[in-house]
Amino acid sequence: MTLADWARGFAGGLMIGGAAAIFLLVNGRIMGASGILGALLDGSDRPGRAEHIAFLMGLVGCPALLWLLGDPAQTHLTGNLVVVALAGLLVGLGTRLAGGCTSGHGVCGISRLAPRSLAATAVYLLSGAATLLIARHLLGVI
Amino acid sequence: MARLAVALLAGALFGAGLLLSGMTDTRKVQGWLDIFGEWNPTLAFVLAGAILPMTLAWRIAARQRAALLGRMLPAPASRRIDRPLLIGSALFGAGWALAGLCPGPALASLGYGGTGGVVFLLAMAAGMLTAVPAAARLGRTPQIKDA
Repeated sequence: MTLADWARGFAGGLMIGGAAAIFLLVNGRIMGASGILGALLDGSDRPGRAEHIAFLMGLVGCPALLWLLGDPAQTHLTGNLVVVALAGLLVGLGTRLAGGCTSGHGVCGISRLAPRSLAATAVYLLSGAATLLIARHLLGVI
Repeated sequence: MARLAVALLAGALFGAGLLLSGMTDTRKVQGWLDIFGEWNPTLAFVLAGAILPMTLAWRIAARQRAALLGRMLPAPASRRIDRPLLIGSALFGAGWALAGLCPGPALASLGYGGTGGVVFLLAMAAGMLTAVPAAARLGRTPQIKDA
């Protein structure tokens, strides 16, 4: 953890918030990753379909392109695919039940002090910290 | 057409921001949640940076009738805190901690995340589809849509 990490974090954050601001003010949509992917999968927002596909193309394509051009990004994801699959299931189910994730509730909701988003963020942060404590420090599985 | 171009651009900027901020690195995200281990506060800087322009955007939106390309702006946020919200957020937090990935970074890192990244995305998609019958059991009112 260095000063450069903080600066890159803040600059990247401004880009994330800038993207959400553009999507809201120009297209009138909330930039929530789980809502966009989830609505495409379950067909719950047919009128938004084309925009959601375009958004996902940018979201997947741009970092992939930067990586191909030499960005040293690595995910350092655990090699334990059972843990990975379980985590994915929980994230997919949980974010759709809650109506949002870190982008929808964490960024877009908190910035307008939405009560549901404040509650959701408090719960997923607490649950995340508790899970990490148990899985890493007590069970040693991650 | 303009709407699609803006959506593509917003997605690209979101992805580039996630990459630059280090949020597609699962060690940094797990480090943020690891308050009893080697705590890494990067995520707080990312969140602060992201909330800043969005706070301004909501203020501008409050004075507009519609978005620039004509669509109605989102309705005021619901105040109802119900069981699906709390249970869903608790499940999400657990999955987020186990892998260090949430939906945005999982999509952004798909190009360089290897087999594990693909497995995570497929499992996440399956979980999202499970949410429809699960929400019905929890009695979720379908009109609440946050994001």
